[in-house]
Amino acid sequence: MSAGAILPARGGLAPRLLDWMMRHPAMFTFLLVLPIVLWLGIVYIGSLIALLMQSFFSIDEFSGVVKHEFTLSTYAELLRPANFDIILRTVVMAAAVTLASAAIAFPIAYYAARYAKGKWKALFYIGIMLPLWSSYLVKVYAWKLVLAKEGILTWIFEKLHLMWLLDGLLALPVVGGNSLSVSYLGTFIVFIYIWLPYMIIPVQAALERVPGAMMEAASDLGATPGQSFRMVLFPLALPGIVAGSIFTFALTLGDYIIPQIIGSGRLFIGQAVYVQQGTAGNIPLAAAFTVVPIVIMGVYLWGARKMGAFDAL
Amino acid sequence: MTEAVSFRGVSRYFGSVRAVDGVDLDIRDGEFFAMLGPSGSGKTTCLRLIAGFEQPTAGDIKIYGEQAAGVPPYRRNVNTVFQSYALFPHMNVRDNVAFGLRVKGAGKPERHKAAEDALAMVELAGFGDRRAGELSGGQRQRVALARALVNKPKVLLLDEPLGALDLKLREQMQEELRSLQRALGLTFVFVTHDQDEALSMADRVAVFANGKMQQVGTAEDIYRRPNSRFVADFVGSSNVVPADFVGAGPHDRWASLRPEDIRLDPLGHEAVVTSRAFHGRVIKLGLKLGNQSLTALIPATETLPQPGDKVRVGWDRARVHVMGNGA
Amino acid sequence: MHSDTRTPLPLKIAAIGGLVFLLAPIALIFVYAFTTEEKSFQWPPPGLTLKWFGVTMGRADVWEALFLSLRVAAISTAIALVLGTMTAAAVARTRFFGRETISLLVILPIALPGIITGISLRSAFSLLDIPFSTWTIVLGHATFCIVVVYNNAVARFRRTSGALIEAAMDLGADGLQTFRLVILPNIGTALLAGGMLAFALSFDEVIVTTFTAGNQSTLPIWMLEELIRPRQRPVTNVVAMLVVLVTVFPILAAYWLTKEGEHTEGAEK
Repeated sequence: MSAGAILPARGGLAPRLLDWMMRHPAMFTFLLVLPIVLWLGIVYIGSLIALLMQSFFSIDEFSGVVKHEFTLSTYAELLRPANFDIILRTVVMAAAVTLASAAIAFPIAYYAARYAKGKWKALFYIGIMLPLWSSYLVKVYAWKLVLAKEGILTWIFEKLHLMWLLDGLLALPVVGGNSLSVSYLGTFIVFIYIWLPYMIIPVQAALERVPGAMMEAASDLGATPGQSFRMVLFPLALPGIVAGSIFTFALTLGDYIIPQIIGSGRLFIGQAVYVQQGTAGNIPLAAAFTVVPIVIMGVYLWGARKMGAFDAL
Repeated sequence: MTEAVSFRGVSRYFGSVRAVDGVDLDIRDGEFFAMLGPSGSGKTTCLRLIAGFEQPTAGDIKIYGEQAAGVPPYRRNVNTVFQSYALFPHMNVRDNVAFGLRVKGAGKPERHKAAEDALAMVELAGFGDRRAGELSGGQRQRVALARALVNKPKVLLLDEPLGALDLKLREQMQEELRSLQRALGLTFVFVTHDQDEALSMADRVAVFANGKMQQVGTAEDIYRRPNSRFVADFVGSSNVVPADFVGAGPHDRWASLRPEDIRLDPLGHEAVVTSRAFHGRVIKLGLKLGNQSLTALIPATETLPQPGDKVRVGWDRARVHVMGNGA
Repeated sequence: MHSDTRTPLPLKIAAIGGLVFLLAPIALIFVYAFTTEEKSFQWPPPGLTLKWFGVTMGRADVWEALFLSLRVAAISTAIALVLGTMTAAAVARTRFFGRETISLLVILPIALPGIITGISLRSAFSLLDIPFSTWTIVLGHATFCIVVVYNNAVARFRRTSGALIEAAMDLGADGLQTFRLVILPNIGTALLAGGMLAFALSFDEVIVTTFTAGNQSTLPIWMLEELIRPRQRPVTNVVAMLVVLVTVFPILAAYWLTKEGEHTEGAEK
């Protein structure tokens, strides 16, 4: 009891420094965020902006040298049929992949969140996490095995005497091709497979957060199961679907590996960027191409934020 | 005699919000001091200023004569019982209680012994191995108390410590806290928004509103002689009427008349009953006396007037308290 | 949860069908690691052999790629843990100007397509005259790993009541003691989870790496080269299987960890 009301300061530099920081919380916060701000805010954002600035330059068609003058001609080049096709192809693919992922993910998430118990719940957890955590390239490789002309899918269709169906699909214009592994259809399937867990997880989280009492309230108020689903559960799961779609859409827009390995050989935006900045050496056009997904995702995220999708992440 | 805590012109602003605004306050050594006020009145900020979680924007804080402004909480020999208890979820009860001794470098046997003693003091001997999550609300509260007291602080701060307990338990803890404080002779500073709690437990009460201290005094002072309309209304309920209406002074002053001080009196003023509510021992009557509305509490044994009845009421002039004109 | 436990049949079929779709391709990897077929992806395999495991073990390029990947993942995770926790502490505990901007800043490298992050970093390195090395790979990986640690830590910081930190200080713990004895034990599991995710993310990353690696190959880069220009399919098969095995363990571990958590949570109710 003999100790005073105020204890002496502890010796040493660290305690004194901490004392000082306690008294200057703003300074402490500043020190905490300083490294992030320096690296991400200055180096990363800086080089991002530097890259995007390049899109306002153009390349001299004869010498291949970048002209450092402001121009919109590089953006005009994006609208040339060959380039515009690339953008259109990528956006349509991203939209299709997103819709299909949502359709496939919903029953899985719904079952896992509301019905699966015990062993099944564990199986669903592993079934969703294993493909999510497995190596991206290994997954792509696995699909190369599946989709190969001599591979297991063809074999299954043969055994089921459904070759006419597979041939019919491959004979379709545009999406078909010589075999699944060199068709848009193949690219589409692999995109869905790779991004599907990113859709299931937020949807499942959104569904799990719906209190059971709410569904009971809906049926208590006279809603049929179909109505409860449509008017209560689905609207509450929607932010989860939107959150998932951010992933599926953005990841498809930016990917350049999958269409390179499984696909028809026609370019997607990511590949176009890679080719333009690499072999073609046209940095301004590469930069202009990168602006496209950024703008699309900016609009998309803004809309998703309005729908409250960020709370579901 | 040195004051346990003294505030001189202490203010704490959060941006443009004046949470505490020019408070002068003296808390005496060994007293049970309550800070009473509605939420946002500045009472909790005052407590946090004593603990060191906040630093004053202006003014001077002394704890037992020593300058406290600028001193971090861990260098103040002052401990807090938090409203949420803030027990460490990753430690058992014993390690929670021994935490203060551990960070000050006490050895394991020493701090375990002290923790057991402190737990015994709050009647939780043998609970050391449990996790905080396994305890009831009342038990957690006692652990929080033991965790603070084991450090033998010069001042114990209690931030609405009974707020989360149910009524029965709260009443029991009120008594225990009071006797613990007497036994230890320690200065307790107790924040509450419950006027009954403040009046029944504290030696002295400070009433806060809008960041300012409105009045400080004994429970009886505060109740009998409120110095403002706010205090009269917040501490108990009161009929605040013009002083001349109750025959106690000029028209420009206000007077406070407690509902329980109004009685049925055949020689009194005529009033009309506007409402009636049964409260067990007493009934609460709404009265209209001329243009003035009054509330009266009368014993339930009396013949019960109905709304619309005319009654005669009176009061003892000595029970009327005329307040300053600032009210 | 539903009191009605009867599952509609179409839902069950769709859900289980989805599960098969998710798991079957990975199962296939295990079969192909043993195939005797060298030139094509023939199904069913004409024969099974263990021969390719030995061949893979003897391949120095595989080992080098593996060790580089492990080293990069470990260092990037360490950096991400420190920076992510610091940033999370600042954002969760205090309000300051630009707080929203910082949470956006942290998400950006993973929200933007990897190719954009890759090219940007590449140009930053050449601008700053930093030669390509293991460290440029690490910097690239740390850039997008921070967000997973940050996300985990910030959520836990928000759930950890500020009163706990005040209680520690009130009881005499200075900043370091408070961090070591109260903050760290409370955010520990969140950091473990975030760290595991960051490690996996880094171990698997290929797009940013193609821009920030010089002539070194991480395991994913090695895989990618094999995918584009197959040199020895059977070795790729074996490596693919080993990579799956390496990733299965953390998932099972994480599952058992969270399952324990569910049990204690249930016990409190």
